[in-house]
Amino acid sequence: MTGADSAGRGAALSYAGVVEGTELPEIRSRIRRADLIRYCGASGDFNVIHWNERAARSVGLPDVIAHGMLTMARALHIVTDWVGDPGAVTEYAVRFSRPVVVPDDEEGAALLLTARMAKKLPDQQVRIDIIARTGSDDAGWDKVLSMARVIVSLPS
Amino acid sequence: MPLDTSFIGRTYPAAEVYEVGRAKIREFAEAIGDDNPIYRDPAAAREAGHPDVIAPPTFPIVITAKIGEQVVFDPELGLDYTKVVHGAQRFVVTRPIRAGDRLTGVLTVDNIQSAAGNDLISTRVDLSTEDGESVVTAYATLVARGTSDQGDQ
Repeated sequence: MTGADSAGRGAALSYAGVVEGTELPEIRSRIRRADLIRYCGASGDFNVIHWNERAARSVGLPDVIAHGMLTMARALHIVTDWVGDPGAVTEYAVRFSRPVVVPDDEEGAALLLTARMAKKLPDQQVRIDIIARTGSDDAGWDKVLSMARVIVSLPS
Repeated sequence: MPLDTSFIGRTYPAAEVYEVGRAKIREFAEAIGDDNPIYRDPAAAREAGHPDVIAPPTFPIVITAKIGEQVVFDPELGLDYTKVVHGAQRFVVTRPIRAGDRLTGVLTVDNIQSAAGNDLISTRVDLSTEDGESVVTAYATLVARGTSDQGDQ
């Protein structure tokens, strides 16, 4: 944790300098079918509901859904991009409240991430609360994770 | 049918050793769309104070989900896997997983309960190195929807 990298991660971040209530820079990204296939391969989770819409519909889902763990991983970017060193994360917890439905088109599903520096803890640690949503500006956004909380250790 | 609550407190011995490779970490980082150099470039990782590239904080699931299958797929437990969704996940990190780690995990069933017609099972996997150094604990809650006939509790 020695300051910013070339992408600007972790710029001038310190425990003394952070303020409770600060909003982290918002991130918008997309999850497409190809991302799900890639995550199946990398994670070893080949559950059919993540790549076969016939199977997804047969268990009552509207379409193929993203792995909860992929959503959890993608949501953490808002914190690791801010802090720079992912090794600073000492705890990360989420509840999966709603699946991210990924249609079979070029757009896929949108993921909107916001986060807030919620609390300064002892031992130079801080808690950051993430809000992860799927949807669109037109149709509205639905939360897909609840109680998404990250504890990171910052330099003094 | 409710799950067999006698599974609460059971532990399953350390699974076989999982050796963490740089290429696997990179593959996982690419799959989650994260281009952080600390996952890829040993020099960048060393500059941040790590002995080698580290794995993303959710990487342990690659190892722990497999270990969890020992109980999830045990027919005696009575879990209908076709109705299972991932309810919650938590990682508590003692130190980041890094390339070269040789890890084993001990699985424990923390709790089994029924709520609102669903069956819930909570497990944890304590991952440590072969030499016994604690690395990460992964807590998972799986929910089998509508499988409990006991209703609200």
